[in-house]
Formats: sequence, structure tokens, C-alpha cells
Amino acid sequence: MYKCLKSILTSALVLIALSASAQSVVYPGIGRPATIKEIAAWDIDVRPDFKGLPPGSGSVSQGQDVWEAKCAQCHGVFGESNEVFSPLIGGTTQDDIKNGRVANLTRRDFPGRTTMMKVATVSTLWDYINRAMPWTAPKSLQTDEVYAVTAYMLNLAYVVADDFVLSDKNIAEVQKRMPNRNGMSTKHNLWPGKEFNGTSKPDTANVACMKDCVPEIKVSSMLPDYARNAHGNLAEQNRIVGQQKGADTLQPERKPGASASASSSTLPNAKSAAKPVDPAIALLAKHNCNACHAQDRKVVGPSFSDIAKKYPGKVDYLAGKIKSGGTGVWGTIPMPAQSAPDADIKTIAAWLAAGGAK
Amino acid sequence: MHMEGLPVEASDRTLSGRIQKAPENFLDQEGIRTVIAESKSGRRNFIRQAFAAAATGAAVPIAMAQSNPVPSEGGDPNILNLPEHAKGLGQGVAAEGGYGKPSQYEVNVQRRQSPGLTQTTQASVSFAPLQSLFGIVTPSGLHFERHHQGWWDIDPSKHRFMINGLVKTPTVLTMDEIMRLPSVSRFHFIECGANTAVEWGNVAVPTVQYTHGMVSCSEFTGVPLITLLELAGVDLKKGKFVLAEGGDGSSMTRTIPMSLITSGEVLVAYGQNGEMLRPENGYPLRLVVPGIQGVSWVKYLRRVEVGDMPFAAKDEAVHYMDLMPNGLHRQYTNIQECKSVVTTPSGGQLLLDKGFYNITGLAWSGRGKVKKVDVSVDGGRNWKQARLETPVLSKSLTRFNIDWVWDGKPGIIQSRATDDTGFVQPTYQQLRAVRDTRSIYHNNAIQSWLVQENGEVKNVQVS
Repeated sequence: MYKCLKSILTSALVLIALSASAQSVVYPGIGRPATIKEIAAWDIDVRPDFKGLPPGSGSVSQGQDVWEAKCAQCHGVFGESNEVFSPLIGGTTQDDIKNGRVANLTRRDFPGRTTMMKVATVSTLWDYINRAMPWTAPKSLQTDEVYAVTAYMLNLAYVVADDFVLSDKNIAEVQKRMPNRNGMSTKHNLWPGKEFNGTSKPDTANVACMKDCVPEIKVSSMLPDYARNAHGNLAEQNRIVGQQKGADTLQPERKPGASASASSSTLPNAKSAAKPVDPAIALLAKHNCNACHAQDRKVVGPSFSDIAKKYPGKVDYLAGKIKSGGTGVWGTIPMPAQSAPDADIKTIAAWLAAGGAK
Repeated sequence: MHMEGLPVEASDRTLSGRIQKAPENFLDQEGIRTVIAESKSGRRNFIRQAFAAAATGAAVPIAMAQSNPVPSEGGDPNILNLPEHAKGLGQGVAAEGGYGKPSQYEVNVQRRQSPGLTQTTQASVSFAPLQSLFGIVTPSGLHFERHHQGWWDIDPSKHRFMINGLVKTPTVLTMDEIMRLPSVSRFHFIECGANTAVEWGNVAVPTVQYTHGMVSCSEFTGVPLITLLELAGVDLKKGKFVLAEGGDGSSMTRTIPMSLITSGEVLVAYGQNGEMLRPENGYPLRLVVPGIQGVSWVKYLRRVEVGDMPFAAKDEAVHYMDLMPNGLHRQYTNIQECKSVVTTPSGGQLLLDKGFYNITGLAWSGRGKVKKVDVSVDGGRNWKQARLETPVLSKSLTRFNIDWVWDGKPGIIQSRATDDTGFVQPTYQQLRAVRDTRSIYHNNAIQSWLVQENGEVKNVQVS
């Protein structure tokens, strides 16, 4: 009651203040003060100075349990996996922790850049895990679980010891051991405004030369012939009328001097390019099956072709499996039970059972 | 006449040996014999055209193949035989259920994923088909997509927008309330910071859709963010940074530059090209941050917070940072610098005949207006200034065109934009000299398209 009264009073004061101010324009009847409860529900960001960090704690070993249940399927048991997303852990050393600069970032030959190699601020890890993880069920982790998962990741990178318990009390100490904490620069010209004291000029300075600008021109890079059709038939990716057509990349390149109009007659028209989409394939997208399964390669779960090969004709079995989920048939990573409508599940199961995935 | 349009300074010299000098040479004895022979074979329309052209002195030289020859039966069947649509009754109004669709013949014009780029469709990209677009507006259904955790179609009557942090009154607004406020409508481009990223080291993809298709341009309608911040009593003395946050699963956050907010440029937008935003583009509310990379244009916008320090959100502390050769990352790199690309002729396209073409493309700058665009057809040795089509607007796509007669010989087409700060779009050599090839973001290098003798156009880089 007191809070309520207070907020009413505050807003009344604000309105008075606004109407008194020459620069402000008041729009009567628009907007209302946010309640403390509403702000608490949404104001979840955590800044590098840890403003916004809720009290709590979590150990490395608790983090490992959460990780294996909810994170490993995409990121790998050690945060090393690149199957779904870029690797999180790897590429940092004890020296980096000492120096606050990740040495491998200077190496052109070092393959890949992990999150731990790049991130300078531990608050960023905590904030993002809290707001957006796990990927398919964001904001489902308890505060202590977020501390635990963060601790586990830091432990994988040797920033904290195996028996470490991360909390709001000691996270500032952990910040002092972040491997790339000194790895950021704002000395550039790509931030509008003076807040970062960036450079006053862009980092390139081309000149608009008009005549005889370059003595010799060589083609230094182009796609190899075998990549000709790697992005699909380019003839089907251009309008059928206009000053140009798309090249038919299903065919080898035509020889110079060959009649152009001959090859134009072989161009596919719009109708042939419009293939009807199988309703099952549309459902795979609709129900996010593609987040874990792909047509012809393992992602998190087995490929659709492998499933089709293993269970020809078994519509009911497959529908049951999709509905109930399961583990063990294709590995240890569990498939969660799916809540899609029965009719949709049946369509997908029938499509798989018919081997449509081949 | 066509010669004037050649973008190459030395074009007349280069071409004089190749293109037969019509029309005066056309009416020589050899030409007349040809005309008579053609006449006997019944190609009278061709002859008439050829003579008319010769007489007015304004035609394509005869050395150029006719792209639209008269068939032997004496006329085009598409003219001679009246089609169904000229002889029957057409369809009624609102036949498409009240929302019209493109012609069935436009089915090739689609946004597309780049094969192998991402493992999921929810954290992924679809690229706008720049090779098929006209003018500066991207049709909303072809606007590029970049999602970090899938898209949603959110009930606007339940969507709320909150302002908190360094304000006198943390404030909540409904969509109804936001849409009651005075609105502005402005054309702006949005470009993903990672547009053209795959091309830093070498050519990686075949067409302009995949090299540059993470840029789009729309007319956005909304309320300047500063209006809403003032409504909440913002403290501009202490408040130097603003956090924007999305309402979807990833609740994406970014630090927004205050100078663009106080200038009135940053919009809280609900309109796109005359209708509401598309769900894939943030329906019902998104931030519009002109000139700044797309990741800052937070979709499904639910909250802004005014603060006194930057927020180091995931997409500015792990991604969307530019690695430099010394191992340092440039952080808070926001501006999309001046850039341009020729969209036709471009990679994967096929020129069917020699003769006249309109080289066309897009230019833009995150710092202001495009001042000029130069085009080269000889790989950057010589340049000629292109026409900028109106409107030329600040932090918007600008369409450029220039006449070109293709002589059937190999050529390398490039465009180079200059903005109103005087900044000139760099070459790959200039960019790499400063940033090497590992910085992923902000690749605004001059693009090269090789036109081969066989008419096929290839994505190339030159040195």
C-alpha cells in the first residue's frame, strides 16, 4: 500500500516536473509507472560492474550435473563441441590467465576462436546463460544453477579450481582471472559519439582515383569449378525476365562463342522451379525438429535418413517415439517428449516410415 | 550515342577496333547485298528496323547480335496469336483472399539460406535476393532474416514496452499507447555487421545474394526513442548508454549509442513499408538504429534501460567484435561504413548477348548520405561516375545506374561509393592492410564481378 501510494505520488511529481520543463513534451494519458514487481520480472541484465547480479552461489560439481543434463547436447561435455554452435571452451592457457590476453588470438594459424578465448567480462557469461539458456528452454535455470554452470565453464578453462563455489561475493575476484580481460579496444571510429574516446578518423583512406589507377589487374580469387552448383542451380535464383538470366549451374559452363540463345532455351522456367514442399518437411520446420535433426547428417540426434532406413513401414512405432521421447537407441543424448498435435506427429512418422527422407 | 554511357574513360579507344561503326558503314555495298539477301528470305521486319536504325544513326551496331530476332514465319507468335488473356475474362477482385501475392512467374525471387553456413534454422540467416530487386525498398517478404533463437508471431495486444534505469519514472506502455504518439516515417537500410563476412579471406560464395544479401531497406514508422525516454523523465546527465532488450527467448541485448538517441534518429518502430513489421522482422515492435549494424535493431523490443556504463552484452562481448592482427578485439564497433555493390550484372548471372546493358547497384553509408558512386568495367583501372537515382537519403540504400555496352570481351565490374563525410569505400588490399582477414565483421570492400566471354558472371577478387 505504501509502495503503491509512493509510486502514485512519484508519477504525479514527474508529470508536474515534466510540464514545468521547457524541453519536455507531455503526452497526457500515455504510459503509466512500472511497478516494482514488473521491473523485477524484466530487469534481469547484469553489467560488467555486477549491477543487477542477484545473490546466490553454485559449485563446479553442481554445474557439471546441470551441464550434462541441459547443455552438453549442443555444446559437448567439455564445451568443446562445434556440431551445433561454435566451441565455448579451449584455446586459453595459464599464461593468458596471468596476462589477461589470449595469446592464440594473435596466431593466424590457430583454428577457431572459442567463447572463453574472446570474452573479457565474466558478467557477460552469467547474463547470457541466465537470459537465454538452455537454447530450447531459456530462463528455466534457477539462479544458483546459473552460478553453477558459469563455475563449471570457468573450471573447464582452468580459471577456477575443481572445488570452487562461485557466488555474488567472489565473482569480482574471478573477473581478475578472465583470460582475455585485457583483450578489448575501443580505439576505433565505429562508435557514434565520444563515450569511448575512439579515433577521430576511419582506419582506411581510399581515394577516388578516376583514370589509370592500377597498373596491372590480376584475378586473385574465384570459386573452383567443383563449387559451381554448391549453392543450388543459380538459374532458379534469378528472375525469368530481365537483362540477364541466372547461369544454369547444373550444366558445365558453355564455351565462349557458343550461341547464347541456345542455352537460354534450356533455362528452367518459373513453374519447373517451383517444387511443391512435402507437408511433412514443412512440419519438421514448424515443430523445430530441425533444431536437432538434419536430413542426411547427425546433428544432436540421428539424421532423418538414418531413422527412415532403420524403421521402414513402422508409422505407429515412430509416432509413439516422437510423442514420448526416449534415449539409448541412437546414443545417450535424450530426445525430449514432443507436444505437437497427433495429426502432425503422424504425418511426420508416415513420411519417415515411407523413407521420404532419402 | 551509346558511347557516352561507357563508364570507362578509355572506352572509345578500346572498343573502336571491335565494334563495327554503324550506321555509316552499314549502307556499303556489302551491307546492301546482305539486306537484299535477308529480304529474299522474308525477314522484312528485320530489314526495316535495320534501315530505320541506320537512317536515324541511333542504333546498336550490327555487329551486335539482335537479342529479339524476327522468326522465319514473319512475326512473333506472341504478337500474331492472341493469348488467352486477351480473349477471355480475367479474375475478380480480392481473389487472393484479401492479401495479394507476387506473380507466379516471380517464384525464383526468394530469400535463401547459404548452404552449410549454420547448423540450425533458428540461429541462422536468410539472404535477400539483391540481384532481383529494383529501387531502394526491399519488399517486406524478401527482407533478410537473422535470428539468434528463432522468430515468433507475438500478440500485439499483450506486448508491453518498459523504460527503466536512470529515469524519474520507470514507465510501461502498451502498443496502443505507443501508436497514439506522434510518429515519423523514414527510409533506412539495415545491414548485418557480418554481411560479406565469408569473403574476408577469399571468394566463398557465388552470387550477390550470398555476398551482400544481409542488407535491406524499408520505410520504418515509429516514435523517436528520445520522446519515450523524455516521457519517463530520462536523466541525460548521468545516462550515457542505453540497453535495448528483446522479448523473445534469447532476450537479446545491445548497448545503443546515446548520441543517435538524442539526435532523434533512433526509433521505436512498428511500421514497415506501409504495414506492420513482419514477424520475422520483430512484430510488433523493434528498435531502428540508423547506420548501425542490424544486431542493434533489437526485435520484439520489450525494454530499454538507461545506464551510466556500457553493458557488455553477449552480442558485443563475445560476438560482433572485430579481431585485429595484434590479437585485440575492437569492441562496440557499431557503424556500417560506406559500401556499395553492383547487383546486375553480378555473380551467377548470364548475359545472353553483347550490346547495351544498364549496370545497376546499391550504395549506402552508416554515416550519412551517399555522395557519389563510381563504376569501373576494367577491374578498377578506370572509373566513371554513375547516376544516383532519387531519393538519396541519409543512412538509406541509394540506387545507382550507369550505361554500358558489352563488347563480348572479358571485363571486371566494380562500384566504389563515397559518402558525404568524404569517406571512400576501400579496396580489399586497403582493408586487409589494417585488419587482416580474421575480423569477420564490417567488410565493406569494393566487390568485383568478372564478366567472361561466354556471358557468365563470376564472383572474383582482384589484386
